[in-house]
This record gives sequence, C-alpha cells and structure tokens, in this order.
Amino acid sequence: MLNDITMGQYYPVDSPVHRLDPRIKLVDTLLFIVAVFLAQSFVGYLLLFGFLYGVTRLARVPFRMLLKGLKPLRIILILTFLLNLFFTPGEKTLVAFWGIRITLEALRQAAFYSLRLAFLVAGTSLLTLTTSPVALSDGIELLLSPLKKIHFPVHELAMMMTIALRFIPTLLEETDKIMKAQMARGADFESGNLIARAKAMVPLLVPLFVSAFRKAGDLAMAMESRCYHGGEGRTRMRVLKLTRNDGLALGAMLLLIALVVLEGVLL
Amino acid sequence: MSIEIRHLTHRYSEGSVFSTVALDDVSLTIQDGEFIGIIGHTGSGKSTLVQHLNGLLKPSSGQILIDGQDLHGEHVNTRALRQRIGLVFQYPEYQLFEETVAKDIAFGPRNQGLSKAEIDGRVRYAMDCVHLDYDRFAEKSPFELSGGQMRRVAIAGVLAMRPSVLILDEPTAGLDPRGRDRILTMLEELHQKEHTTILMVSHSMDDMARLATRLIVMASGKVAMTGTPREVFAQQEKMLSLGLDVPAAAQLCRALREKGYDLPADLYRPEELREHILRLRQSGSEGRDPVAE
Repeated sequence: MLNDITMGQYYPVDSPVHRLDPRIKLVDTLLFIVAVFLAQSFVGYLLLFGFLYGVTRLARVPFRMLLKGLKPLRIILILTFLLNLFFTPGEKTLVAFWGIRITLEALRQAAFYSLRLAFLVAGTSLLTLTTSPVALSDGIELLLSPLKKIHFPVHELAMMMTIALRFIPTLLEETDKIMKAQMARGADFESGNLIARAKAMVPLLVPLFVSAFRKAGDLAMAMESRCYHGGEGRTRMRVLKLTRNDGLALGAMLLLIALVVLEGVLL
Repeated sequence: MSIEIRHLTHRYSEGSVFSTVALDDVSLTIQDGEFIGIIGHTGSGKSTLVQHLNGLLKPSSGQILIDGQDLHGEHVNTRALRQRIGLVFQYPEYQLFEETVAKDIAFGPRNQGLSKAEIDGRVRYAMDCVHLDYDRFAEKSPFELSGGQMRRVAIAGVLAMRPSVLILDEPTAGLDPRGRDRILTMLEELHQKEHTTILMVSHSMDDMARLATRLIVMASGKVAMTGTPREVFAQQEKMLSLGLDVPAAAQLCRALREKGYDLPADLYRPEELREHILRLRQSGSEGRDPVAE
C-alpha cells in the first residue's frame, strides 16, 4: 500500500559508489547542484546526464529507480514547463494561437527550467539511494563539526536526524498496520468527499500519534539506560577514512564542473 | 461459512530487489464451526495468510473462495465481506482511538450503517462476550485501561460486527497468565456457544492444545503439516525440525516414554497425561514404579 515511496530510499547493494565516504558524497552532491546551475546549454545538460547515468551504472542502481523518484514531482515539472512556455517573453515566434505566443526563447527556458529541476532531484536521490541514513547523518555531523566552535548543537541535530530517518519506515509500517486494522472494522479511506475523508483519518491518526509518542518514550529510556548523554567525548564505531576512490570521486566532480563551465564559455 | 484457499501465492514488493515470497502455493479448506490453530515460525507466512482471508491483501496468484464465491471476483462487496470475517490483528490495543470504550467498540457497527439502538445492543453484546462490565467500562477512556483490558476492548470492537468467522493473530501475545486465560476462555465460549468459526495464529502450543480442533503448521510459506492436534503433536521430531515446540504435556510424555514407561505416544493434554500416569501407578506391575527406582 505504502511501498511506492522512492524519494529518500536506500538501495542496498555493494558498489564503489556505496563505499565512498559519505562526506565526499555530500560535497559531491552539492557540487553537482552547482554544476546544474552552471549549465547553460543543451550540451551542458548532456554532459550532466552522461555523468549521472555513469555514476548510476557504477552504483549498480537501476536507472529507473531515479526516474521513479521523479514521479511524485511530475505535476510540478509539467507546471514549470507550461508556465515558462507560455509566459516567457521573446522575439522569434514559433506558434501563436488564441492570443498566446510561444517563442523559441520560451521553449528553451521551459526546457531548461524543468530539466534543471529534474536533475536536482535525480542527483540528490542518487545520494540517498547509495548512502544509508546512518552514514548520511554521520557525514553531515562531521561536515558541520566546525560549527561546534560557535556552540551550534551539531551532534544533537545529527542524532535527531538519524532518529527521524530511522523511524520513517517504522511509522509507515505502523500506518499500514493501523489502516488495515481499521479497514477490517469497515473503515473507508478511499471514498467520500473531502470532509468525509478528513474525518476518516481520525481512526488512523490518533493511534499513530499514540504509538509515536510511546515509541519516542521507549527510545529515550533505552538510550538513557545505555548511558547516552549527548555528543561530548563520544567516539565512533566506524571511523571514516578518506581513500583513493574518494579523491577520484571529488576529482571527477570538479572535472565535470570545469567541463560545464568551459563548454558555456566556448559555445 | 466455508473458506477455500486454492493455490494461493503471495509475493511482497513484486518486481523489485526487495521482493520476497511470503506464501507459496497454499491450498486449504476451512469448514464451518472449526477452531483452527495456525502455527509456524516467525516469517513462515501466517500473518500474510490471515490477511488474505478478508481481502486486505491481494494474492499474487491463486484464489480464495468464500462460500464458493471468489473474494476478488467482480461483483463482490469487499467491505460487506470484511464484516462477516472479523480480523483481530497482533497487539490490537494499538488501534483504539475513541474517547470512550463504548464509542470505540461502536466503530465497526457504525461503519455497517446500523441504527442507534442496534449499535447500542451490539456494544453491550460485544462487551459481554469479552467479560467487560458495561456499566463500569462503557464510558471510560480506552487509554486508561490495563493492557489486557485494552486488548479485550479491541477484540470486542471486532465482535460487535457479529462476524461468522473470527480470525485472531496472536491474541495472547504479551499478556500475563491471567489476561491470557481470560482471552482463551472467551474464545472457547464463542466457539462453543455461538458456533463462530475461529482461526487463531499463536506461538503457544499449550493454547493450541487447549482449544484447536485442527492445526495448520506453516513453514517458509507452505503448509508443512495439517491435522488434529493429536496427529500433529505426535510427530514431535518433525515439529522440532521446523523449529517448533509441542505442548508441555507432550514433552513430558515423550521424556517418560524414553525412560521406558508404557504411555501412548500421542498424549498432549495435561489431564489425559495425568490420568495415564495415575493408571500406570495403580497397575504397578505393568509399567515400572517411579518411586521404586
């Protein structure tokens, strides 16, 4: 029932991309976003696509997983495309009907904007597909650790993130279970108008909140009974070390940016 | 109401890397008035099986016939059917949501579109079935009850729909012996007085020994054994090889037989074992006297 949520889902296989240091993957993703914004022509986007496709293959993730991640965004993508298509002013008219003029510039911009959006989402979902939630928040914690100097609660933030991520599947499972249980008592979540549907959510949401609070209480107790008291002096079980592959990954990303910039200047 | 399962196969997350076969070509027939115990290791497909029986899960292939009618046929009203086949999930107390016990139990009948008087009657009936005093509990919040009481309220919520088949997924899990006994007594009454067909998933062989008229043993998505408790529990080696236990009385009987006592191999109820042991002691000469050893 709720299995088709791909955004932010980890794809558990072993690959060189999966084994990369999460810090490098985070930085690489940020750089990829920069590259997406720097790309100014279709050749640039082709480069980006080639890179994304290559990394996906290297990560042994089926490319359709990335496309599936775009599915929830399809309405936004189409809207972006249409709005830009109709409302961008330009010189060269392609077609005109009912007082609406579609220009070459508009078509170009519409295509660029929706491509940009698609690349942003696909790039970041590649990060979450290849990085387990735990590794990801580890990476974020380490990347943000300089902020500890100004008393920013980096560890607490990372811990909160880890816990939140950890509980997404649990809560989904719980939702599925409660939904089924109420359906077995004749609840109807699928028909009726907006008000009826909102009302039908009560038998789902009340038990879900009760269970979330209970789980939070249990977890806090379990953490405390194992002497958790925040980040001070805490060591790691898996110490992250940069390897040659991490250097290569960073190098490849910088090369991509250079190519995209160069291509923008030359063409 | 008879249930027939034909070649039922279920795969989770079909077509992805996470795909797993939960049920593999299961065929079963459940007759009216049976009390069926479904046993199996964690992950053997018990819960998946029972969720198919009222249409909450759709088979990947195969059929489920209720009184000869295909559950996923074209003209079947699934919601009406779900009310005839009541399903009580594991830890059902976590599905309570209303302000009062009575309102929560009324949720099912209300969804059936019954009149107010009828709903009230159903609530009283269901609370009586689970031995909860109407005057004492009806207006209480379900969240201030004990775990065992909450569980009984949740079961009452399903009974209030007056299902002709009742399916329970581990109804006694996590309860203290007293709460456990209460639930089992209640199920026994339902089966004997109301002739409700009952399917119960459980890990407790002793519960099964007490109640079930037929056992279905599941192992890795298939039906591994089926038969009366006496037939199933007599095959202790096979049960152990499936990672399952037999009731305490059957274990004791086996241990005594290994020591050379002349006892039948298929005893599994504490009372009958006691009787046989007493008989042995009286006859003295035929068996060996344990005191003399």
